[in-house]
Amino acid sequence: MLITLRNVNKVYHMESVDVPALQNVSSDIAAGEFVAIMGHSGSGKSTLLNLLGCLDKPDSGSYQLDGEEVSRLGSDALARIRNRKIGFVFQNFNLLPRTTAQENVELPLYYGAPMRGVERRERSKTLLTRLGLQDRMQHHPGQLSGGQQQRVAIARALVNQPPLILADEPTGNLDSRSADDIMALFQELNREGITIVMVTHEPDIAKYAKRVIQMRDGAIV
Amino acid sequence: MKGLITIRIAMRALVRNKGRSLLTALGIIIGIAAVIAVVAVGQGASVNMRSQISSMGNNLLLIFPGSQNSGGFRGGSGTQQNLTEEDGEAILQECLSVTAMTPLLRTGAQCIYRENDWATSIQGVNIQFPDVRSWDVTSGAFFSESDIRSAARVCLLGKTVADQLFQGEEPVGKTIRIRNMPFRVLGVMAPKGTAAWGQDQDDTIIAPWVTVSRVLQRSRFNNVNQLMFSLDSMDSLPQVKEEISGILRQRHRLNSGADDDFTIMDMTEVTQMITQVSKLMTMLLTVIASISLIVGGIGIMNIMLVAVTERTREIGLRLALGARRRDIMMQFLVEAVVLSGAGGLIGIGLGIGSANILATANHWPVMISPVAVLLAITFSAGVGIFFGFYPAWRAARLNPIESLRRE
Repeated sequence: MLITLRNVNKVYHMESVDVPALQNVSSDIAAGEFVAIMGHSGSGKSTLLNLLGCLDKPDSGSYQLDGEEVSRLGSDALARIRNRKIGFVFQNFNLLPRTTAQENVELPLYYGAPMRGVERRERSKTLLTRLGLQDRMQHHPGQLSGGQQQRVAIARALVNQPPLILADEPTGNLDSRSADDIMALFQELNREGITIVMVTHEPDIAKYAKRVIQMRDGAIV
Repeated sequence: MKGLITIRIAMRALVRNKGRSLLTALGIIIGIAAVIAVVAVGQGASVNMRSQISSMGNNLLLIFPGSQNSGGFRGGSGTQQNLTEEDGEAILQECLSVTAMTPLLRTGAQCIYRENDWATSIQGVNIQFPDVRSWDVTSGAFFSESDIRSAARVCLLGKTVADQLFQGEEPVGKTIRIRNMPFRVLGVMAPKGTAAWGQDQDDTIIAPWVTVSRVLQRSRFNNVNQLMFSLDSMDSLPQVKEEISGILRQRHRLNSGADDDFTIMDMTEVTQMITQVSKLMTMLLTVIASISLIVGGIGIMNIMLVAVTERTREIGLRLALGARRRDIMMQFLVEAVVLSGAGGLIGIGLGIGSANILATANHWPVMISPVAVLLAITFSAGVGIFFGFYPAWRAARLNPIESLRRE
């Protein structure tokens, strides 16, 4: 199993009111799966994704990622895991403005093992070429279409060759054609062995996944 | 993350906001530039004053007659007429450290050459005067020992007097009238410039002391206003003063309990005063520099806080991509330091530039102090660290989830 969740609880404290976001969530996701997490807003799907992404820690329960118990790790160790094992794809792309596509892709490499500049550029170039952006490498995000921006973001997610990609509404800001392109790309990456966990509320998009996890009121149904 | 890469990331962020980066650094730039320029001018002035003091003469020592005590009243320095040329000769003979001596008699008079007249001071001295004051004759020659003995009516003109009386005409060999007595001009002294205390040293006439005493002051005595000595070095100054004091007390037949009837002065006191003034100036500058650096630093802190707020999403993203909190901290800290350091460097350039402009425009002597430059660099970088710390700490403390959600 790539991901093993056991009895995970998470409560958000909001102005003296406790809002339970996750209640006794247990789940397994094997390596090579393509999972869509669905649910209404407030169902806890974003909280779950944040936990899976090691951006947040569960209040109780266990989370094993790639055989390592990560629920009790310190912030530096979690940063290392985010860097090596997880690639993030966001709804709003989150590319640095006034920074070229290539530099955006190289960003995670700065926080990993020291790497020579030549090698960094080689890696980003290979990935961007593969995603069909070879003649957009020196463009800034503002000069790219939404679909192109999301592909730059995916290249960035892949640059450290992580086993897991976490996508939060990756097509939410895209027109349907670009959305289909991105989903086709996800399927292709998944066929190559990368595990993908994607949060979406669109059934059309969830169709691309091999498995759908439905969430309601902080629990998997 | 390697330090070089951190600096590169910071530089990139600053270059992305060129205009704002420049404006932010402006406080530091102006502060440092002002300090460098003012220190340069101040140092130049101080060096200039020192050189003027040394232009007084080589290792100069002055003796003035003391105060007169009569019936309980004590007059000021110089009220007593008990210092003589013979005293000077005796000191020159007996004190080995004294290499040259001249008496000095001072009087003032109206001088006339044809239709030009000019009121100036007249100094009566002996032939060692040029040595003692390290003051050369540019045209003509100094008077001789026999001119002194015969109380010859000869004189040398200071540059100002020569200009005023002769208006470009050659003065050497001409005769001027001092108190309606004819004096032959033997030569003109080299221009000496303005003294540290503002007096024009060239506005004077030099004549044999005996001439001044007998002819101009109509005195039968050998009293002098002042004795000037050149010492071989200033190292043994206290001993030399002791020695001279002993000789004079003996010659003036003072009892062991009596006060000195003379005053020995040397230039170290004046030098000390100048050192003190320049110390005060340095302190004042330090205060101004500190204030401008603090103001500049607050500017940097302000902009860095804005940057942290503005770039919250970027920070969240970097955290998600694997940046540790200390990486974020370093990024913003380095940005602040690069900002202030670059501001410091630009300020140094600007300061040196404006100091040179001041120097050429006003003919002020300026001296760029390497110490000030070094301090400026160190302090501007220090300001970056100090004022960049809080914004950087705020940035590093951000929650990645909330930061990513921020629009």
